[in-house]
Amino acid sequence: MLKFVIRRVLQMGLALFMLSLLLFAWLRALPGGPVSALLGERGSPEAAADLRAQLGLDQPLPVQYVRFVQRALEGDFGISTGVFRGQPALDIFLTRLPATIELSIFALAIALTLAIPLGYISARRRGGVLDTGLVISSLVGVAVPVFFLAFVLKYLFAVRWGLLPPSGYQTAGIDATRVTGFAVLDGILTREWDASWDAFRHLLLPAIALSSIPFAVIFRITRASVLDVMDEDYVRTARAKGLRAPVIRVRHIMRNALIPVVTIIGLQVGALLAGAVLTEKVFAFPGIGQALALGFETRDYPVLQVLIMMAAIIYIVVNLLVDIAYALIDPRVRTK
Amino acid sequence: MTSYGDTKKARIDSLAEAGALSDEEGVSLWRSAWLRLRRDPVFLIGATIITAFVLLAIIAPWLAPHDPAARLLIGEVSRQSNPVPEPRPGFPLGADDRGRDLLSRLIVGSRQTLIVGVLATVGGLIGGLTLGILAGGIGGSVDAVVMRVVDVMLSIPSLLLAFSLAAILEPSQWSVIAAIAIIQVPIFARLLRGSMLSQRHSDHVLAARALGVRRVPIVFRHMLPNAIGPVIVQATLVLAVAIIDAAALSFLGLGNPDDTRPEWGQMLGAAQPYFNSYPHLAFYPAICIVTVALGFTLMGESLREALDPKSRR
Repeated sequence: MLKFVIRRVLQMGLALFMLSLLLFAWLRALPGGPVSALLGERGSPEAAADLRAQLGLDQPLPVQYVRFVQRALEGDFGISTGVFRGQPALDIFLTRLPATIELSIFALAIALTLAIPLGYISARRRGGVLDTGLVISSLVGVAVPVFFLAFVLKYLFAVRWGLLPPSGYQTAGIDATRVTGFAVLDGILTREWDASWDAFRHLLLPAIALSSIPFAVIFRITRASVLDVMDEDYVRTARAKGLRAPVIRVRHIMRNALIPVVTIIGLQVGALLAGAVLTEKVFAFPGIGQALALGFETRDYPVLQVLIMMAAIIYIVVNLLVDIAYALIDPRVRTK
Repeated sequence: MTSYGDTKKARIDSLAEAGALSDEEGVSLWRSAWLRLRRDPVFLIGATIITAFVLLAIIAPWLAPHDPAARLLIGEVSRQSNPVPEPRPGFPLGADDRGRDLLSRLIVGSRQTLIVGVLATVGGLIGGLTLGILAGGIGGSVDAVVMRVVDVMLSIPSLLLAFSLAAILEPSQWSVIAAIAIIQVPIFARLLRGSMLSQRHSDHVLAARALGVRRVPIVFRHMLPNAIGPVIVQATLVLAVAIIDAAALSFLGLGNPDDTRPEWGQMLGAAQPYFNSYPHLAFYPAICIVTVALGFTLMGESLREALDPKSRR
């Protein structure tokens, strides 16, 4: 097991190194070159000369790369040139991260609590009306652009029926105490129930929109995987032994059927991060997704640089953790 | 008298027969897939949608009642009181915020949407197949290097990678196509490599090698044709993804800014300021995108099932 973990961590290190090379190349490919891209149109000639020296643009490429990594390790990614003008790019990421984590966890929770039971029921009633309906809706779920779904939800539930707030993270008037930066959790910790409830209402629509693709993917994997496992000999044996149905369902079917689902959850983190860019933009939800969307619109390269890098790192680390979890559940993986 | 040995042999023989690729005798994998697809309602629905879509894209310029770029109702557009002209005779769906006929734009938009989807997929296929053939056909250190690069590309969330690529390119139709094509390359490469590796030690490849066939003909004539199935399935699914991703790029302002030749994703992206007051502007292109994406997905999924011997129940 330890060997497996070490090997995966080494692989992750290699992936991070290649990622840094890609990002370095990306910065050099920016329109107008890295200096004008990173400073924006308002950069003074002195600032440009300063940055050029910092980046070491007159030095050979390997030296430039080392400087780039040094700056990244020191957390120096430059100053925002777009909507957040004047703020250090790394701060924008750090202050906005909790909102996106909270949103993603809610979205994933919605997707999992619906997709796994429905996937199981669908597989057990294969070919029935419910199964057909669910399979079709999961196919449609993938075909609908996430931001369009977000707009429709916002239009119906917020604009038309006024049931939920149309945008934002928490109502401005609410005096909420910040403990962790997670709005719903803070309300619970400080017993400010109204603040927590308010934040929850703001989260609901974006989380539903964001959960659509993970739901569809997890549902289909669960269904296919339950179908596979149901035909296995050990399930028949369990039944022949006269075990009760709930025991077979939990210990024999679900325990084995959920193994592929675990891997797919790690991959869904990628869909959540990209989906957050679109969903947070629609709901003006102040997370890293909205910052990325604003960054792309205003070509705010310092902000884009740090957000893309962090998103990729989060994705790589989460998938490492998922792989390790996978090896814990399924011993066969370790020896491969 | 049947001995124990005979029953054992019969059992192995029947197992070998069951393991053969097709249920029908003397029928190739593709032929048997086609026989199954012909009767599969899911495939037929998908194929009908896609045939209609392709036909529409071909005859669009003759079908559209107006020039999609002509600002026919621009005289009625006013920023404050009436930003979007209403439907009327001759303009059954009304016009967009520049006074251009919405129906004509939707019809002609099918063509550009098809072009973006197909070119992005073909671009991804060319890149992915090249890398996949290098990795799966040559193997060894080439395989190791190619696969590490592919793994890193896969370790970045793909849509985010597309956004980042589009951000360094001059926004145009080509930047959209290139960004979407590049994120498909690692997927195709990994898929083809995997399915070629499983060919490598199969009997027909060993036989060809034993007969002294050179490496290049082995890869192209013996391995590739048998390994291409999953790639074709994936390409069908990517056609759907490409059209949806193009819409996402437009939504973020990374799409094609030239809207004289409309594309559905671009129309959907351009409709966002009017969503709460004039939702129909977004609704029509969205319905078109969903229908076509669903059509490609249905075709891809039924193709996957038809080509996968395991799923034959």
